[in-house]
Amino acid sequence: MIWDLHCHLSGVAGQTPGERIARLLDYADRMGVERLCFFMGMQWSTDPTPDDFRRENDEVLEAISGHPNRCYGFVYLNPKHEQESLDELERCIANGPMVGVKLWTAERCSEQSLDALVRRAGELKALIYQHTWLKVGGNLAGESTPTDIAILAARHPEVSLVCGHTGGDWERGIRAVRNSPNVSVGIGGSDPTAGMVEMAVRELGAERVIYGSDIGGRSFASQLGKVYGAEIRPTDRTQILGGNLKRLLTPIFRDKGYAL
Amino acid sequence: MTEVPVTDVPVIDVNVYLSQWPFRRLPLDDTPRLVAKLRERGVTQAWAGSFEALLHEDLGSVNTRLAEECRTHGGERLLPMGSVNPVLPDWEEQLRRCHEDLGMQGIRLHPNFHGYGLQSPACIELLEQATARGMLVQIAVQLEDPRTQHPLMQVPAVDVSPLTSLLAENPQLQELRLILLNSQRSVRLPLLGELAQKGKVFVDIATQEGVGGVEKLIQSVPVERILFGSFSPFFYFEAAELKLRESPLGGALRRAIASDNAAPLVARIHSTPPPN
Repeated sequence: MIWDLHCHLSGVAGQTPGERIARLLDYADRMGVERLCFFMGMQWSTDPTPDDFRRENDEVLEAISGHPNRCYGFVYLNPKHEQESLDELERCIANGPMVGVKLWTAERCSEQSLDALVRRAGELKALIYQHTWLKVGGNLAGESTPTDIAILAARHPEVSLVCGHTGGDWERGIRAVRNSPNVSVGIGGSDPTAGMVEMAVRELGAERVIYGSDIGGRSFASQLGKVYGAEIRPTDRTQILGGNLKRLLTPIFRDKGYAL
Repeated sequence: MTEVPVTDVPVIDVNVYLSQWPFRRLPLDDTPRLVAKLRERGVTQAWAGSFEALLHEDLGSVNTRLAEECRTHGGERLLPMGSVNPVLPDWEEQLRRCHEDLGMQGIRLHPNFHGYGLQSPACIELLEQATARGMLVQIAVQLEDPRTQHPLMQVPAVDVSPLTSLLAENPQLQELRLILLNSQRSVRLPLLGELAQKGKVFVDIATQEGVGGVEKLIQSVPVERILFGSFSPFFYFEAAELKLRESPLGGALRRAIASDNAAPLVARIHSTPPPN
């Protein structure tokens, strides 16, 4: 069972979200990926206006609409626009089909401006995916690090958070979130550098490590290769490939009546 | 799928390394364990460079250890690719030893770690001499994601753009067989395609990314110039292996990339050195 936490409507030809997701699912079929979470639209904005994130979310809603019980949406928000983001949470999750939240680089996630969004997402049992990186040349101004998400997690210990990309520099990223039990690491969207998954399992436990690809910029192959190539127990591999994501999404799936 | 089935075609992996990465231990940086992995995954031959070559200056001993390690643990499965640094004194002797004393069929260059450009006279001379000896030349364009490099050791990718004119204008490089390893992060696919038109230039798939990545690579680079490279043990071997599954290639193309394109490249080595 492979569930992919981290997919985008990119990397393939297609004039519409529906055309793109159909092509992406051809590849998913070849690789045995059963369920996929999508976020952000066909053109991305790093600091989206409310109109931007509504448009991107509409595209995801359109894409997943033809693939119930296989493709799911995470709502893209910008904490700089708090009320509009709260409204979008209601539209896409409370009153819509989406099951998670995607936060990118508009604002560092340790800022208190995220608190209302995170509280409401928690009430809705939505999973929050926060992009993080630790770039040796310096992050973007609003780009979060794993330390930022650890700070956020401490303020919201009841909410499930994902540290996206494991911070990129995973040897530091894993350490930064080790003491944050409500934070899992998303291993997608970085080079398939050997040792990453082994260290994550050793330091966090397999139950806090989640497979995702970051298609279409990345391949299923390079990201699945991290899990298949890691020297870990078969039961750990099963958890990472899908068991953990299924567990984290089970509460909201039950609320929405989605098949598990 | 709980395990990756072994690829249904033989594999020649043109991009593996022995010894230890300077900045962390890797799960398979012990040669017997790496060889066991390659055998398990159906790799019939792997072309191996040495991580020691990145920072060591005594490349003579690096190359001797590499050859010995390959012989001891790999038998015919490991083919050593020696390292030569044309910035260091007496590099011509290092090249001679690689070829004549150690029987190496090719060399692997790291211009970014060694501090020279491909347009430098020393590099051109090295390429000419290696060509005259009938040796393969591999250039490792980039090893690590530049965003995650050690703060005190930020190494830029090799600029391969000078190759366009070099290959077109230098008659002594007409027969150069050049393999660009780990090129796709920093080199645009159209340039790789252009280089493949200008000379006998090959690329591996270790850093080919994007969904259906190999399929996309074939749109820019002729399929006969694409080779299987895993960049193991720095990368998980399965990452490259699965790329052959992700793109709908069909048996003939998969076999070409996995091994058929690489096999002839090590069959033309001069048995004796050419005259000066």
